[in-house]
Amino acid sequence: MAEAAVEIGGSLLWARGITAGYGREHVIERVSLDVRPGEFVALVGPNGSGKSTLLRVLLGALRPDAGSVALFGAEPDRFHARWRLGYVPQRPSLESEVPATVREIVASGRLRQRGWWRRETVEDRTAIQHAIESVDLGDVADQPLNELSVGQQQRAFIARAFASEPKLLVLDEPIAGVDRASQRRCRDSLLHLQREHGAGVLLVSHELSAVADVIDRIIVLKRSILFDGTPAELAASGVSLGIHADDLPLWLEGLR
Amino acid sequence: MIAAIPLPYPFDTVEMQRALLACVAVGAFAPTIGAFLVQKRLSLVGDGVGHVAFAGVGLGLLLGMSAVWTALVFAVAGAIGVELLRAKKKIAGDLALALFFYAGIALGVVFAAKAGVDDLEIYLFGDPLAMTSSSLAAVVLIGGIVAVGVWSLRRVLFAIVTDEAWARAEGLPVDTLSVALAALTAAVIVAGMKVVGLLLVAALMVLPVASAQLLSRSFRRTVLLAAGIGAASAFVGLIVGHIAELSISGCIVLVAAAVFTVASVVRRSLPAAVESQV
Repeated sequence: MAEAAVEIGGSLLWARGITAGYGREHVIERVSLDVRPGEFVALVGPNGSGKSTLLRVLLGALRPDAGSVALFGAEPDRFHARWRLGYVPQRPSLESEVPATVREIVASGRLRQRGWWRRETVEDRTAIQHAIESVDLGDVADQPLNELSVGQQQRAFIARAFASEPKLLVLDEPIAGVDRASQRRCRDSLLHLQREHGAGVLLVSHELSAVADVIDRIIVLKRSILFDGTPAELAASGVSLGIHADDLPLWLEGLR
Repeated sequence: MIAAIPLPYPFDTVEMQRALLACVAVGAFAPTIGAFLVQKRLSLVGDGVGHVAFAGVGLGLLLGMSAVWTALVFAVAGAIGVELLRAKKKIAGDLALALFFYAGIALGVVFAAKAGVDDLEIYLFGDPLAMTSSSLAAVVLIGGIVAVGVWSLRRVLFAIVTDEAWARAEGLPVDTLSVALAALTAAVIVAGMKVVGLLLVAALMVLPVASAQLLSRSFRRTVLLAAGIGAASAFVGLIVGHIAELSISGCIVLVAAAVFTVASVVRRSLPAAVESQV
């Protein structure tokens, strides 16, 4: 039933004509985008292009000055099935005072889905274990997070988002500064969620080389949307569209 | 007059038996709450709330009411006030604490002086040997409420104290649960007031956690070990204080501090493989 009550035009995430900013200054103007089930969308743009502001609007943390947003067909502040949306914040700094294991962190991601006041069931434990294994952290599941590498910690946060078996995953720069092997594992995990579970993925990142081969659509943002199409289309028409090389991740330069 | 249960010395009197139960109960549940406060980087909140509770003690004495209940009202209001100021970022966490800290103690002194009471030592430093059966019952009751509250909310409390920004984005009821944690903290402070005193109960919230986190590798084990260390420190401190005729609350906290020193040494001698990864 919840699955049916969805999505404007089949989109998990739908935004039209978003203008937003802080005070009187608009950081983004007339931005429209969609993420559909099973789609892997990358959002790129130079520093200060408005990516973070756009994410805040999409997730309901900032009210736009104009335009509308729908998450699973509902306005962000009326969207209550939050577990359907997995969110991986930008480089979450978790300097835990008290040791906390990967499993304990990942289990937090399951709270919204089962109801935070309910007991953990066998199904919850299976989902948590599955999330841990999908990011290849099975061997260190019971180790304290602060004993792991930055890349492993980042994968633990992705697993936390996976634990609720989300239908839409939004990741804010999750692989920046992470070693190449970890980037590869992150990519495989995202691909698994997308292909096996039909989830939509919105990845905001400067470093797309690790996921270049799995991106369905790329959106270039610089205050407004400069381009929205497949990577191949961007490679073919990017320059003629007037997109400056600085606006694009390095890997695209090779395609041009 | 309630007869003492036949137990070996030094627990052969009713007073020592009540003190044993009260000290071990406070020793166990103070660090249980403390683990969440330490994880939230609010290790000193117990101290601040203790000072606010002192204002409640002063008012209770002035009005001729039970100081425990007025202290509880002030402590809960103070703990929630600090939490709200911190959460709304109206004021820095430590500044919010300082504000309540100093205003609370000053108000307590003014109220107590007005009431003509100058012997406030039992509230500040506790006296477990002076526990009546009703104050013991209050300690055990509050301890039970805290234990049930923390047990039921442990997973969600862990989630919000560990990564508050993420928990908010996830739509967890961060503000409501932070207020619940603040109220439980206040309850522990007041329960511990007549046992180890307002000035030292905060130490029992933090020191056993500081020791346990050196020796544990998960949050769950840290909480359980901290409760064990707190209870054991209370047990040993009570015996030492009673036999050597020293301040029992002081001895309890000194034992907890000594455990921390030992835990630090043990931690340093752990295998280098573990250390190198930290």
